[in-house]
Amino acid sequence: MTSTDTRTSQGIGQSAPRPDGTLKVTGEFAYSSDLWLEDMVWGVTLRSPHPAARIRSIDLGPALAMPGVLAVLTHEDVPGEKHHGLELRDQPVLAVDRVRYQGEPVALVAADHPERARRAAAAIVVDYEVTEAVTDARRAAFDPACPKVGERGNILRHQPVRVGSVFEAPVVVTGEYEVGMQDQAFLGPESGLAVPAEDGGVDLYVATQWLHVDRDQIAPCLGLPAEKVRVSLAGVGGAFGAREDLSMQVHACLLALRTGRPVKMVYNREESFFGHVHRHPAWMRYEHGATRDGRLIYVKAEILLDGGAYCSSSPAVVGNAASLGAGPYEVGNVEIDAYGVYTNNPPCGAMRGFGAVQACFAYESQMDRLAEACGLSPVELRIRNAVSQGSRLITGQLIDSPAPLAGMLAELEAFPLPAASDGDLRELPGGVAQTTHGEGVRRGVGYGVGIKNICFSEGFDDYSTARVRLELAGGEPHVLVHTAAAEVGQGLVTVQAQVARTELGVERVTVAPADTTVGSAGSSSASRQSYVTGGAVKTACEAVRERLAELAAAHPGLTTTALLQRFGPVEETREYRHRPTFPMDPSTGQGDSHTQLALCVHRAVVDVDVELGLVKVVELAAVQDVGKVLNLLALEGQIHGGSAQGLGLALMEEVLVADGRLRNPSFTDYLIPTILDMPPMKVSILENPDPAAPYGLRGAGEPPTLSTTPAVVAAVRAATGRALSRVPIRPEHIALT
Amino acid sequence: MAFLRPTTWPEALAAKAELPGAVPIQGGTDVMVEINFDVRRPEALLDLTRVAELARWSETGGRLRVGAGVPYSRVIGELGDRLPGLAQASRTVGSPQIRNRGTVGGNLGAASPAGDSHPPLLAGGAVIEVESAARGVRMIPAEEFYLGVKRSALEPDELIRAFHAEPATGPQYFSKVGTRNAMVIAVCSFALALHPAERRVGTGIGSAAPTPLRARAAEEFLAAELDWAAGLAPAGLAPGVLARFGELVSEAAAPIDDVRGTAGYRRHALAVMARRTLTWAWNDYRKAREQCA
Ligand SMILES: Cc1cc2nc3c(=O)[nH]c(=O)nc-3n(C[C@H](O)[C@H](O)[C@H](O)COP(=O)(O)OP(=O)(O)OC[C@H]3O[C@@H](n4cnc5c(N)ncnc54)[C@H](O)[C@@H]3O)c2cc1C
Repeated sequence: MTSTDTRTSQGIGQSAPRPDGTLKVTGEFAYSSDLWLEDMVWGVTLRSPHPAARIRSIDLGPALAMPGVLAVLTHEDVPGEKHHGLELRDQPVLAVDRVRYQGEPVALVAADHPERARRAAAAIVVDYEVTEAVTDARRAAFDPACPKVGERGNILRHQPVRVGSVFEAPVVVTGEYEVGMQDQAFLGPESGLAVPAEDGGVDLYVATQWLHVDRDQIAPCLGLPAEKVRVSLAGVGGAFGAREDLSMQVHACLLALRTGRPVKMVYNREESFFGHVHRHPAWMRYEHGATRDGRLIYVKAEILLDGGAYCSSSPAVVGNAASLGAGPYEVGNVEIDAYGVYTNNPPCGAMRGFGAVQACFAYESQMDRLAEACGLSPVELRIRNAVSQGSRLITGQLIDSPAPLAGMLAELEAFPLPAASDGDLRELPGGVAQTTHGEGVRRGVGYGVGIKNICFSEGFDDYSTARVRLELAGGEPHVLVHTAAAEVGQGLVTVQAQVARTELGVERVTVAPADTTVGSAGSSSASRQSYVTGGAVKTACEAVRERLAELAAAHPGLTTTALLQRFGPVEETREYRHRPTFPMDPSTGQGDSHTQLALCVHRAVVDVDVELGLVKVVELAAVQDVGKVLNLLALEGQIHGGSAQGLGLALMEEVLVADGRLRNPSFTDYLIPTILDMPPMKVSILENPDPAAPYGLRGAGEPPTLSTTPAVVAAVRAATGRALSRVPIRPEHIALT
Repeated sequence: MAFLRPTTWPEALAAKAELPGAVPIQGGTDVMVEINFDVRRPEALLDLTRVAELARWSETGGRLRVGAGVPYSRVIGELGDRLPGLAQASRTVGSPQIRNRGTVGGNLGAASPAGDSHPPLLAGGAVIEVESAARGVRMIPAEEFYLGVKRSALEPDELIRAFHAEPATGPQYFSKVGTRNAMVIAVCSFALALHPAERRVGTGIGSAAPTPLRARAAEEFLAAELDWAAGLAPAGLAPGVLARFGELVSEAAAPIDDVRGTAGYRRHALAVMARRTLTWAWNDYRKAREQCA
């Protein structure tokens, strides 16, 4: 996407309009699924119907014999590395003799028409010998007799955290909690176009989150050097983590190189549910010990995360769950064990909140139980234990920038409460489906707090690259910003232009399309792009400014325009890194593993039909500290959207898996909140700068997703008196238990 | 795939007779989804949107005849006073876009146990008018129309032309449980209609058995218990009546466990909806009587 914006004063802090906004609302935006070349052909994927099986044989003959079919490929046709993966290269490009989850890609077809390609894929005969599917994460982790899912043991990562030795307390509360498998549910399914190039390489246009890590996985599989695989960002219809792993990238490139034709692949909605990772379902056991006046003495927890059949980013998810497993509270004694395990369930990986979401639901539920046990209000109990600048996380890491949690909670609690519903059906649980005219409806209020690490953690070399060029266009100064950072809907293109305007004082800024001809920008995840790519653009602009200052000093009296006229464009490329992070100690979890932490607090007000178990969220209120507002409109969008996703997890969003099989791979039965489910929000945004970050900003996209879920559940508990230890809550959990 | 576009009803019937495998398409909100999901690959589509009469409704001799192609948005806007139960059900269907295109005829054609128009059609005693070129018109009471999961009494050479129903003479209510507050397929649903002239009660249960169905025992129990004439009496409904009615409705269902809900929850929710809709309906009835008195 390119943005040329000629409006004035659209720098940092302004609600600069996004270049893609009108196009998306009017349906004119070109998504990756709209890519088109006259001579292109269509690729489709044959997937395993079984969660676990050996492949005895594959007969491609019937497919190859069909008219219009140009290529049919299996793992034998993968010229280079047969596996890829974000952290471990354990996921086959195409199944090699075994399938480990339902929906695993087994073969590919290219044909001149998508329907022909689909028919040909259906004609491939795969002889499976079904084997035992390991679908119980606890058994996979702890039963020595359990079969191994992959080549390694079933425990992907076990991360303990050990602090102190006092595990007795006057007040003890325990709980077991469960988080169902959430889907990112982006609206634009996986899609892209691979175009074979004359140099034997390939140009790939794809909706993704991280161009360079895609390329670095694709090229080895194709047996090509990295420079022969050029990846450009196509229009992205949402991501939320689901595009961090590869989907159709290698497949389309393989087919393009084999057929010598551009190959387009587009998943439909059902295939999309099989084509990307989901949020890890979690089973958690917690024990909190406190003094009678509600001060935490210890936290013990076991957090079990089902990673499914392949590694994806599970180890990092486990690291977050462990290091943030007690929440933003001061506690001197900790015994946490977080596990990520392999099973034959669908692979799980990145999703907004990344391991912190699951733990947050459990520790916040515990804080409510503790408040009750101590006879304190949920807010008061949290304030008594809240971290602040100068506190230490359970990893021993010092919180060295503002963390005004207690004040945020006080502000949240002081927001006026919404009025009682006026009886309009749309305001009642069930909406116009008219399940109640007010009968059985009880109101509840609940609070939730979340803490999220911003940017990549645990020693990852996390950086971004920006190329900034100041030149004359039509006699006027103009800035071209080029990065490989993926605009996934969060407004990053807008923010990059705002940074350039602020740093260079030039109104006309173009953000070039993102591609791999510039250095890596890292992933559009971990709420990190404003920080890291924003930082890279800022640093490159500063370098341009310095060059200009040198020229100006050498040629006093010349204006910027005159300097550019005489000496030509000024261009600088810079990498930007945040402060380094360090690994967690493998046996104690200690270490400065995060570079920045962000807090968000939510209050939820709900009306629950206690007889039918239906919930209407009446209001969500939030207080979030973002360090510095870069673009208020975009920021509020992130808080609203993050809250909606957290509400979805609390009340409806779950990929149902039985015996390793997906039961609801469609938007008919995987429900996401509608406008009648998501209430109006009250939002207060604080700006306590983090001195280590560009402009003092704090990443903002994920924290609201964390705190919404426990707040909504707490409110439902308050309305119903039910324990509700699992999300999403289903009506029968309220009505029948 | 052939695309047939008749402009008159006889043409449509002739096309269907010639090619019984042709799939009729009205709003397309079921048909297009199925094609998109590759659930079916029909040899031909029979587009009914040019048959103008299907999109009309009329009232003659105290009975309504509503063309199979009248979309939900018009049922709500034009028939809401005469068919309140069906209008309430229509209001819960999908989103505004779906209600602009989707039709009662299409809902009948799909015959899904979760179709929202079925319970009020059952409760209101509607009759479905179907026709074939070979055998002419058949009038099928709603109750006999639904034969199994997505199976109806429609023969391969027949088309649905309209449904017939009496304008409401008493209170009607529709209530539907879903796991979100809009755009949701029914976990289960219930429709109630009071027919004071005949002192009769109509019910319809959705999404809680292989077909939509009536709770006959509940209807009979209630018709006998209600003090139709009194109306004015302060304690109109004894709690025992409400509870028993709920039980009988719940017992009439044959729900299963599926991704949308459990059988136990469905039975429970049906009883709750039955009690609540009855309370609303009886209050309305009493109010109307008071006003007459
Ligand atoms: C997003 C979405 C939400 C939805 N929500 C709901 C909901 O809340 N409740 C609900 O009940 N449904 C819902 N539906 C399903 C659908 O909208 C309804 O079933 C609708 O009534 C179908 O009407 P239509 O005119 O679009 O039918 P079509 O799709 O045109 O046809 C449906 C079926 O009826 C047949 N048919 C159509 N007309 C005739 C005729 N005259 N004679 C014989 N057969 C005929 C067709 O061949 C087909 O089998 C939803 C669908 C979508 C896509």
